[in-house]
Amino acid sequence: MPTTWNDILDLGDRHIPDAAAAPAPDAEGAPRRRGAFKRLRESLAKSRKALSEEISSSLFDRIDEETWERLEEALILADAGATTTAQVVEKLEHEVDSGIVPPDGQAIKARLIEILAEIASSNRSPINLTGDPAVLLMTGVNGTGKTTSIGKIAWHLKNEFGLSVLLGAADTYRAAAAEQLTTWADRAGADIIRSNEGADPGSVAFDAVNAAKARGVDVLIIDTAGRLHTQSNLMDELGKVRRVIEKQMPGAPHETLISIDATTGQNGLRQAKAFAEATDLDGVVLTKLDGTAKGGITLAIATELSIPVKLIGVGEALEDLRPFDPTEFAEALLSEE
Amino acid sequence: MFDQLSERLQSTLSDVRGRGKVTEADIDKAMREIRLALLEADVNFKVVKTFTATVKERCLGADVLDSLNPGQQVVKIVNEELTELMGGAGRDLVFSNKGTTVIMMAGLQGSGKTTATAKLARLLTKEGKRVALAACDVYRPAAIQQLETVGKRAGAVVYQQGTDADPVDIAGWALDKAQEENRDVLIVDTAGRLHIDSELMDELVRIRKRVKPHNILLVVDAMTGQDAVGVAESFAESVEFDGVIITKLDGDARGGAALSVKAVTGKPIIFVSTGEKLEDFDRFHPDRMSGRILGMGDVLSLIEKAEEQVSEDEADELQKKMADETFTLEDFLKQMRQVRKMGPIGNLIGMMPGMGAMKGLKDVDVDDGELDRVEAIILSMTPYERAYPEIIKGSRRRRIAEGSGTKIQQVNNMVKQFGNMRSLMKQMANGNMPDPQQLARMQGGKAAKAPRPKIRRR
Repeated sequence: MPTTWNDILDLGDRHIPDAAAAPAPDAEGAPRRRGAFKRLRESLAKSRKALSEEISSSLFDRIDEETWERLEEALILADAGATTTAQVVEKLEHEVDSGIVPPDGQAIKARLIEILAEIASSNRSPINLTGDPAVLLMTGVNGTGKTTSIGKIAWHLKNEFGLSVLLGAADTYRAAAAEQLTTWADRAGADIIRSNEGADPGSVAFDAVNAAKARGVDVLIIDTAGRLHTQSNLMDELGKVRRVIEKQMPGAPHETLISIDATTGQNGLRQAKAFAEATDLDGVVLTKLDGTAKGGITLAIATELSIPVKLIGVGEALEDLRPFDPTEFAEALLSEE
Repeated sequence: MFDQLSERLQSTLSDVRGRGKVTEADIDKAMREIRLALLEADVNFKVVKTFTATVKERCLGADVLDSLNPGQQVVKIVNEELTELMGGAGRDLVFSNKGTTVIMMAGLQGSGKTTATAKLARLLTKEGKRVALAACDVYRPAAIQQLETVGKRAGAVVYQQGTDADPVDIAGWALDKAQEENRDVLIVDTAGRLHIDSELMDELVRIRKRVKPHNILLVVDAMTGQDAVGVAESFAESVEFDGVIITKLDGDARGGAALSVKAVTGKPIIFVSTGEKLEDFDRFHPDRMSGRILGMGDVLSLIEKAEEQVSEDEADELQKKMADETFTLEDFLKQMRQVRKMGPIGNLIGMMPGMGAMKGLKDVDVDDGELDRVEAIILSMTPYERAYPEIIKGSRRRRIAEGSGTKIQQVNNMVKQFGNMRSLMKQMANGNMPDPQQLARMQGGKAAKAPRPKIRRR
């Protein structure tokens, strides 16, 4: 059974009002887009396609020496990386050779999906929103989709679970970053704490946590500036923001997510590693999966760092965010676009 | 001193030196290492295949076979091929000689278009141009505000019509305005879009038709993985971009996507973005990118330095050996091979400390066939024999002759000549000038051909 929102969110003791069907995003407030519903249909159709789509049929048409090469190629092209690819192929090949898996296309496909899904399930856990308020910190490299993802998460929490959400615009570096997040706050029906460009991100985080407590909101999501993991001063700054949050509310942030662009290659692993050192990472938001990239690097992130993907971004609209499902992901990894 | 790849290659090829010969199997092993390195660098799988095939062919040629340091040689070849692939016929921006030059930016979401637009604006402003920017991203929240802020910082004027207008109309209006205001350059910033989003790709084509850019630049994030090829191909097909900007190179992504895009579309990389500040923007250098992709930093200078280093160390050791007469056939073999790479044997002598003055020796003739023979003979010796050639008598001589396909007499001569050369070298190393006749003897039968060097006895 595919992962649902209820599976991916740990809401603790909250009383969730009967979730109404997700209302259409406010047409008036929505900026010019190419039809919210049309896009929703498109992205759902795409995921259905990924679900039922046969894994690239040519992979296991015949079982011969080239079978393993074809599989290797498919995994590399999905950005799984040479190491993970080798591990997976070796394992499957061994199981087929030793008779654990019959030399039948269907059986091998099924087993392959299992293996990949297993890797993608490493350290699976829901998003911790049990705090009162629950504090979620968003991090990641420039351009990966942090701010957009926050907008989507806020919208889902508000519209599907009736939670009150506050956003903290702690990206004080990027031109018009606070304006960007403000637009998302409006769309999602969330409030926002912001400051001026150039202000100290720690001070915004400070204000945001205290405001969340004072206003009794359910969830506070804090946006941070995109930063390259190679900039040690910025990584230090991230650690500082985290400590500020912790000081204002012991135990917070309860969930720290890193956004990883699905088009990212092997560098994604280094990114995750570096961010995990600066601040504990609880999960990955794998963004831009509506493109042709498969996000295979998250397999390595799961294997080597035990950081699971929790959410996937599948478009630029509010609704385009879904809980991560390992099996769906595994199937999509090998599907032909 | 050596980087990971070079090290790995060296160890992969480590037993080659002992055998004296590089086989195709060795090259295949080396190619596997290269392949891994390139895949790790996110070069597209198919590009890697083609590329390693090309490199393998070059490696099978004489370059590597006779080389002393096969690992280094392979890396050098790979670097050369990579650099050529990335560079080749470069292209700078095309400027119109009348009216406004139009540059259109395109790319995926988050690739860094808006920042690159501002950086380019700054670069051109510094070169004395009057630059305007067109804000055609009406989708991304606060995109226009972002462009206004960074555009202003860059010294450019920003034309915008808010988010309710159509991007194509905005672009057309902006061009008219730019021409009215006599702007030299108009850079059109567009929204990030997926190459598979037909509606948005169509919009891009319409913007293009409307403003007829002199330059269309595809902005690619340096950390992009295998997907880079698909993206580049689609954009190339739809809008036929002219060049590429690689962004976020201040990260540690190896940047293989750059190679993939170039290899597959043939479009040159024109600029690189190396930081978040507006001045972090440069023109592209293929050799630097090559080294980065290989994970070796500045490869060329690394290899050169290594070679220098090795030469210096070896020269020191050589001098000592010559002075002590502990110079062995192994050393000789080494020198001979190096010399063959460099040129006539006179150069070797010319390279020895204090010998630079003997220019005449450089013209001395060298018979390659003879050197081949000498090499084969030495290779048929045991290490001990090479160290102490005086023990080579009787059955040893016979064995060596058979092993090298030469006659016992030839083995004799070689060992004798070596002895002469060794004492000659001892003389020179100890500060004495060589006796030209000894030199002639060393040359064997070639003495008559060799021009007599003019030496001033001290």
